[in-house]
Amino acid sequence: MSATAEAPAVPRMPGWRKALGKARSNPTTLIGAVICLVILAAAILAPWIAPHDPAEQDIMTRLAAPGGDYPLGTDQFGRDILSRLLWGARISLTVSLGAIAVACVIGGTIGMVSGYIGGRFDLFVMQVMDVMLSFPSLILGLIVVALLGPDLVNLVVAIALTAIAPFARIARAPTLALKERAFIEAGHALGYSHLRIIFRHILPNILPEVMVMTSLWMATAVRVEASLSFIGLGVKPPTPTWGGMTRDGFENILDSPWLAVFPGFAILLLVLGLNMVGDGLRDATDPKLRNE
Amino acid sequence: MLAKAALDVEDLRTEFRIAGTWRAAVRGVSFSLERNETLALVGESGCGKSVTALSIMGLVQPPLGRVAGGSILLDGQEVAGLSEAQWETLRGDRIGMIFQEPMTSLNPVMTVGDQVAEALVIHKGLSRAAALEKTRALFEEVKIPSPATRLREYPHQFSGGMRQRVMIAMALACEPAVLLADEPTTALDVTIQAQVLGLLADLRERHGMAVLFITHNLGVVAQIADRVAVMYAGQIVEEGPVANIFAAPAHPYTRALFAAIPRLDQPHQALSAIPGRVPPLDAMPVGCAFASRCPQKRAGCEEPQVLVPIGAAHRARCHVATGATACAAAVLNE
Repeated sequence: MSATAEAPAVPRMPGWRKALGKARSNPTTLIGAVICLVILAAAILAPWIAPHDPAEQDIMTRLAAPGGDYPLGTDQFGRDILSRLLWGARISLTVSLGAIAVACVIGGTIGMVSGYIGGRFDLFVMQVMDVMLSFPSLILGLIVVALLGPDLVNLVVAIALTAIAPFARIARAPTLALKERAFIEAGHALGYSHLRIIFRHILPNILPEVMVMTSLWMATAVRVEASLSFIGLGVKPPTPTWGGMTRDGFENILDSPWLAVFPGFAILLLVLGLNMVGDGLRDATDPKLRNE
Repeated sequence: MLAKAALDVEDLRTEFRIAGTWRAAVRGVSFSLERNETLALVGESGCGKSVTALSIMGLVQPPLGRVAGGSILLDGQEVAGLSEAQWETLRGDRIGMIFQEPMTSLNPVMTVGDQVAEALVIHKGLSRAAALEKTRALFEEVKIPSPATRLREYPHQFSGGMRQRVMIAMALACEPAVLLADEPTTALDVTIQAQVLGLLADLRERHGMAVLFITHNLGVVAQIADRVAVMYAGQIVEEGPVANIFAAPAHPYTRALFAAIPRLDQPHQALSAIPGRVPPLDAMPVGCAFASRCPQKRAGCEEPQVLVPIGAAHRARCHVATGATACAAAVLNE
């Protein structure tokens, strides 16, 4: 304790705890987090809370209006919309989480290594990333899925590919600043290898920036997945996906608008929630806003 | 020279690439350092002190810079020109370094205990638990109070002086034979500075280390060094035992450095500065690099100067002080 008394004026490092505390005190972030958690819980608990089997067809009750035995109505095959939405959340979250995890690891590594090595190598790598960035996510995803064929793994690969470049950029910028810091030089003087310095000393320092990007890009991944499903390049039917359900609903939009409205609203809600969390985290970790 | 020196630097030449041309920042520096001895490397900013230290650590690497010539013997082993992988096993193990900035030399997101223990895990192959136990002992040795709890704290919870003690513990963890201290006390206030210097002298004694102490503070030199080497424009211009240099500085630059120290016993003095500036790397004169700023400049200064003895273990690079020119030295050598 005497030690803490010795250095009263040393400013506390703005770390995770402070950023999280700040994010928590922000109502927008809180609402976003609640939305995301509710959807996540719904996806995990789908087998237990879904009132019907999502693939169970019942020709007698096709295109039933919301209410009664089917809280959100049924589609043209008589399948329960609510159950399909709950199961569809699994696909949306699996694909976006998986894709962003892959993009985060690969893109982050590329960015850190490129920034750390610097020079012409860095220039070349970043030019390649710029080329990848110049494709809109949807177009790039479309090309990849069209080439590989639509299934869950390929969807993850396609969306991951579209998000690698932004993660590389986000990881590179703070690495450039960090590698000039004295503690990195001290690490060299202690005989640490380059890999050790990158992954043990630089990585923990850039993690907050990367995590903020993760939540923002998750929202993009959800959108891209829904768009690909909508145009028929998503996970194949009868597996329920939100994009695919919206597409199916379009065929009956005049007499049964809820078919398209409910999955569309689900997509909107998840994207909104993720963006709210991302914005809150970004504000909390932004050094310009931090000291206010 | 009795036994083999802990560190023997011979004709070290370090170059940096400036606008496509290699320019020498360190030009033929030689010195040797015994165990349990402190050599102070003195000079103004930009004279090549830190570059000399970084070269000895193998931290001047292409494409930015290179060690272009000379030899560096660490306990008799040639280390100039080793591969990066070989350097990684030496650095932190057999040769340690302390930096100037204790506030930024520690990783802000790792506990100090883990940072010190890391070197032990890498070089000595200890388990994390054993390394942390050794770290606790090291913290005690560098006089960090309540080491067991402070191990688990982060750098921001430490004051500047305490952080520098952590840095010293890190550099000493693997008991290196040679310790390079690059202005380790410059960023500290005077009372803490005295404590850290005392600690360094004490540790040197206990571990029998050779210490290369880089500073521009002559007061610190008097306090800690056995010998002094004065650097100017990438060369050693004067070298000798600390008492000789302080009593009878021979090179005009050394004298100018002493004259620039404000004196407490002379109330109405103006602070004296050395006029002019160090010649830039791309316009280094053939002759004495200090000539353009030297009050004793005369014919012969434009010729290359040689480092020759002017007393017991005392050498200077100035023909005015030593009477030796490059030609005369060449004749003498033959």
